[in-house]
Amino acid sequence: MFIRKDLCDICGSCVSVCPVDAITIEEFNAEIDQNVCTECGNCLIICPAKAIEHKS
Amino acid sequence: MTNENQFDVVVVGAGPAGSVSARFAAENGLSVLMLERDREPGIPVRCAEGISGGGLETFINIDKRWIASEITAARLYTPDGNMLEMKSEVKGYVLERRIFDSALCDIACNKGVIMKTKSNVTGMQRNNDHTVTLFYKFLGEERQVKCRIVIGADGIESRVGRWFGLKTNLKLEDISTSVQYTINNIKVDRHVISFFFGTKIAPGGYVWIFPKSETSANVGVGIAGSFASHKRAQEYLDEFVCAKFPNASVSYIVYAGIPIATTLPNIIADNLMLVGDAAHQVNPITGGGIKQAMIAGKIAGETAAEAIRKDDCSAKALKPYSQKWEKALGSKHRFMYSIKEKVLYASDERLNKISEMCKNMPPDQFTLTDLFKQVIKGDPKLIADMAKAFVVSKINF
Repeated sequence: MFIRKDLCDICGSCVSVCPVDAITIEEFNAEIDQNVCTECGNCLIICPAKAIEHKS
Repeated sequence: MTNENQFDVVVVGAGPAGSVSARFAAENGLSVLMLERDREPGIPVRCAEGISGGGLETFINIDKRWIASEITAARLYTPDGNMLEMKSEVKGYVLERRIFDSALCDIACNKGVIMKTKSNVTGMQRNNDHTVTLFYKFLGEERQVKCRIVIGADGIESRVGRWFGLKTNLKLEDISTSVQYTINNIKVDRHVISFFFGTKIAPGGYVWIFPKSETSANVGVGIAGSFASHKRAQEYLDEFVCAKFPNASVSYIVYAGIPIATTLPNIIADNLMLVGDAAHQVNPITGGGIKQAMIAGKIAGETAAEAIRKDDCSAKALKPYSQKWEKALGSKHRFMYSIKEKVLYASDERLNKISEMCKNMPPDQFTLTDLFKQVIKGDPKLIADMAKAFVVSKINF
């Protein structure tokens, strides 16, 4: 999963539903650790700002 | 601990939970540093800004500067368009969170709390002397601070909890994915809040209208995360706003995740207490969390002082926080969670039936408690638990 930084509002929804703690909140956006992400899609589903996509 | 790199307590996050924790720790004689990631507390606003009044004075004197509207009644709309109006048993408020959060910080700082904004906490390390070092970035500069107790008030996304080994993530169905517009160029009764229910409007949640003046309001939707894959929350909101307020102009958009779960099983660890959204201390039915955060903050601040007085900051020493929270609201929230699905996942037919039973009640005598009394009469199987929960929790719109 990848985060579109221009859309991310750092609301934290994605972090909360990530089962492997791959997402962290940085200063101006959320970051997904690609080495940890399992592509489960929870973050994509929950993001209210449509800021998460399958492809970079 | 007194020098500028050492404090008794470091609070991460300057929302209501953080500010109140910091204040009560400082009031009880501790040195306290509060670190806030954003430029100012309360900005960006991620909240519908509604709060009931009862007990608010425990934390802050009511000040018209941070009150947008005083609320005296609530209107509940069912899927078939029926409306139930009820008078509030206790006055409610729609806040200006930006001002309100700052006011809570001011109170804390007046008690001796040192506050630093633009300070993003990036990690922690345990030390051999039973202290903790927190690493943070202040205006791009790496810094660190040593403390005996960390209070994690870093919101739904709590990283602090995870650093200390607590599992803080939520199941999809336990997060309300929410979008809110502040809209202008409308006409609303500024003393009435409105809620709209129905599977087509907001599955697993509701739409709210919280007036900020006669011509502006916070209008938002929260849907259960498990429904978000079918249609995004914002699409539900756009449809609602277009239909209800076709001439509205949107001035502010808020995206937020709200934990509608029970309190985390573990809200303490050695040297750590979690408060507010970080601890999932939100009312699982209403999604309201401001006052809950302040109640938890008070308990946490006082518990920190007691632990340091006894020179023991282990999880065992911090357990009174967990116990007092459980007594104050934890068990009630757990009970409400158990009936959440009955409320938020009720079918449209069921919601319509409930409103039918209550629609002839005069608004000036009609309270939420009365609503559930009526409902119990008509459909005890469905609603008995729900009514009990609302009465126990004394929720008042």
